[in-house]
Amino acid sequence: MQWETVIGLEVHVQLATRSKIFSGASTAFGAEPNTQACAVDLGLPGVLPVLNEAAVAMAVQFGLGIHAEIPEVSVFDRKNYFYPDLPKGYQTSQMYQPIVGPGEVEITLEDGSTKRIRVHHAHLEEDAGKSLHEDFHGMTGIDLNRAGTPLLEIVSEPDMRSAKEAAAYLKAIHSIVTYLGISDGNMAEGSMRCDVNVSVRPAGQEAFGTRAEIKNVNSFRFVERAIAFEVERQIELIEDGGEVVQETRLYDPEADETRSMRTKEEANDYRYFPCPDLLPVVLDQAYVDHLRDNLPELPAEKRARFEGELGLSAYDAGVLSASRAMAEYFEAVKEVCGDAKLAANWVQGELSGALNREGLAIDDSPVSAAQLGELVARVKDETINGKAAKQVFQALWHHEGDSADAIIEAKGLKQVTDTGAIEAMIDQVIADSPAQVAQYRDAEPDKRGKMIGYFVGQVMKASRGTANPQQVNALLKEKLDALC
Amino acid sequence: MHDKTLTELAAGLAAGEFSSRELTQSLLARIERLDGSLNSFITVTGEQALAAADAADAARARGEAGPLTGLPLALKDIFCTRGVKTSCGSRMLDTFTAPYDASVVERLAAAGAVSLGKTNMDEFAMGSSNENSFYGPVKNPWDLAAVPGGSSGGSAAAVAAGLVPAAMGTDTGGSIRQPAAFCGITGLKPTYGRVSRYGMIAYASSLDQAGPMARSAADCAQLLGAIAGHDLRDSTSVARGVPDYSEGLDAPLSGLKIGLPREYFGDGLSPEVEGAVREAIRVYESLGATVREVSLPHTHYAIPAYYVIAPAEASSNLSRFDGVRFGHRCEAPADLIDLYKRSRAEGFGEEVKRRILIGTHTLSEGFFDAYYKQAQKVRRLIRQDFLDAFEEVDVLMGPASPTPAFDLGANKDPVSMYLQDIYTIAVNLAGIPGISVPAGFAGGRPVGLQILGTHFAEAQLLNVAHQFQQATDWHLRRPALAEETA
Repeated sequence: MQWETVIGLEVHVQLATRSKIFSGASTAFGAEPNTQACAVDLGLPGVLPVLNEAAVAMAVQFGLGIHAEIPEVSVFDRKNYFYPDLPKGYQTSQMYQPIVGPGEVEITLEDGSTKRIRVHHAHLEEDAGKSLHEDFHGMTGIDLNRAGTPLLEIVSEPDMRSAKEAAAYLKAIHSIVTYLGISDGNMAEGSMRCDVNVSVRPAGQEAFGTRAEIKNVNSFRFVERAIAFEVERQIELIEDGGEVVQETRLYDPEADETRSMRTKEEANDYRYFPCPDLLPVVLDQAYVDHLRDNLPELPAEKRARFEGELGLSAYDAGVLSASRAMAEYFEAVKEVCGDAKLAANWVQGELSGALNREGLAIDDSPVSAAQLGELVARVKDETINGKAAKQVFQALWHHEGDSADAIIEAKGLKQVTDTGAIEAMIDQVIADSPAQVAQYRDAEPDKRGKMIGYFVGQVMKASRGTANPQQVNALLKEKLDALC
Repeated sequence: MHDKTLTELAAGLAAGEFSSRELTQSLLARIERLDGSLNSFITVTGEQALAAADAADAARARGEAGPLTGLPLALKDIFCTRGVKTSCGSRMLDTFTAPYDASVVERLAAAGAVSLGKTNMDEFAMGSSNENSFYGPVKNPWDLAAVPGGSSGGSAAAVAAGLVPAAMGTDTGGSIRQPAAFCGITGLKPTYGRVSRYGMIAYASSLDQAGPMARSAADCAQLLGAIAGHDLRDSTSVARGVPDYSEGLDAPLSGLKIGLPREYFGDGLSPEVEGAVREAIRVYESLGATVREVSLPHTHYAIPAYYVIAPAEASSNLSRFDGVRFGHRCEAPADLIDLYKRSRAEGFGEEVKRRILIGTHTLSEGFFDAYYKQAQKVRRLIRQDFLDAFEEVDVLMGPASPTPAFDLGANKDPVSMYLQDIYTIAVNLAGIPGISVPAGFAGGRPVGLQILGTHFAEAQLLNVAHQFQQATDWHLRRPALAEETA
């Protein structure tokens, strides 16, 4: 039988506010346990939450970024359950009236086609702390630094039909939130986490199959693998005459499998009710309009502009707009050098190669966009040739100089285009290479083209790479042919 | 000194008749002498009080004294006080020392007031008799066989017994007004949002409100001015200017329109209480007020609605008391569930457990719509009743409680205890302010007249109460304490 996979994602995005969603404590990652938890985060008796306006603005920006409805009123609810790293015994979330209504995200598939994935809603909530099970000898340590960190939970419709689509959707969300600057999108530090709802149904059937929810999948790769495993498990189960039960499962990346955590019957009754400590959030139109007017250009628009206005290929436009950091870097290089295609080649070629080799993100590039832009400008105006440019790039990478011009100057890499100077070097090489000249002369004319490479190399070497290669080629051919 | 009002004490301090240290010492000695039989304090903070008194005297010497500088008072043990045990009347918090000050505490300290300690209360403010305290019941200074009312019973008894001239209470369903009535003092529950709840241990967040309990409306005016106002740490506190509540106290009442809610004078009201209240209303008529009957048709739904909403919020608010971070933790828990179960079973008293169970049930899947949502609808109707009434009249008047203080142990059945709050509870659901003033006696125990106004009408309530106290002397009566007469 042909099976169809149905996938919906709940993506938790940690918002990049400086302080927590309901307290003034810092949200910085990596501090000593419990040093970034104030009285409110600890849930001390008598404390009250105060909503962080920055978290609201970020949620609304996201909503605008996915062309969602932004309801005028949203309400915080309490989700009640006991857990040691949940200090108040409830999580403040939005159950009934979320801050972002229905919207949609466009994803690009491998064959270049696009698909729209509907977003059901997105709501604000606070994160819990962390339970630490190691180092406590039969006890559990609690770190509440993360408690109260603002999260935006983005809930999709069950619109994805493959693991690849799910991964593409997750990447699209990642791209949007990092473009908006509302999250650092760092999955390794848990800034983006994902719950995956998976079910299968016979192809052509309209009704959904019973779904399993896979909790806390925290990388693009794991999302694909967890879904692949789960789909296979469900199909096998059904084909063997079994039934999928509605349950929560956990993906174990080590074993590459999902395991049952709890079934529907064991699920908590969260006893949601409106949080009486927080007023409903009322957004006036002017506030939303102001945020809309100040939205940055988002990935889809940027890709279109790179292709349409800058004349980049669809592929280049896609790669260079994939992340805001990459796009900004590219645009800064382009701004300085004034040539989009050259800038694209350098960013995707030399720079990306070097970053990949060293495992660096573009934000950590040792060569700044301004430096690379100047370097590309010197290539464009032929101050240096391509070979020298690579030397300059390496020098910039290793901090051997502050700017391309300074390195060109210091290393004497300025391209020699003075015909007299080049001719002098050629004459010297010819004089120093009687054997090669003789070979050249004796060779069939159609073989000579290959043999000229040796002389070009010698002249370039003599010029320490600075001679204009086209000129060298032309002049050499002229002089050698004169000898024949 | 112990039977003076705050206003009189302030004048004495200003005139240099005594220092704040002398006043504080004298009251601390009185607490030491008398509170053994009353049990109105959980913690007396003598050392801190004397230090604060000295600071107040020094401020006065520098010419920096405000209206409350050097004046002693007490705080219900529901207000977090830095470095001081804050128990909320519960075993759960018997070992809890608050690391911060509640906004109310901070504002009173900033105004120069001197706290003598933390007063007894029904556990987590759940109760109408103060019999639900882990620290034992409080006795009514007028009759040690009687309860002082609750949940702010310790504050009411301490003021009535002259241990402090004023105290802070909180009122979720009548917890300031009913004990004020039972103990013959003046107690004001402000409009919801008038006073910050930050640092006040939450019982039912949408109903809780702090307010002053003192010997006169004029004293309450002084104290409300000090604690009222917007607080950035409490989103439900209202950003609205704080008037000088003392300014309008002397305004004449001619033309005041008083409404008497028909529903507040029905079955279950003790004839003696009714008699005292009607006598008080005649006093108002003599002051130029007109009286008419009004109706609050949804009054009989108030107690059922309250006992859905308040326990629902409480069940969630009290979840943080889980034995993990602070408060009572059971010995040698076998595992996490055992830690939760035993810590909470041992830490909470019966009434608290009852309300947590009620609230957990009414919020459960399948019951939420039938209980919680329905109760919220009722709440809107009750609020509308009051708003409609205030279209016709300026203030509403009636008894604060259907009976005077009852005997300790007299109300064993929880529902009969809940019915004690029949005249006070709707006020919290509507969010309006109310004040109880002494209006006579029934069987030797005080009777309270309750005056209600529309949202943020505190100045008017205080004026109306003050004018009554200018015309009567019920608020000046003092109980004869056994120890004193002996």
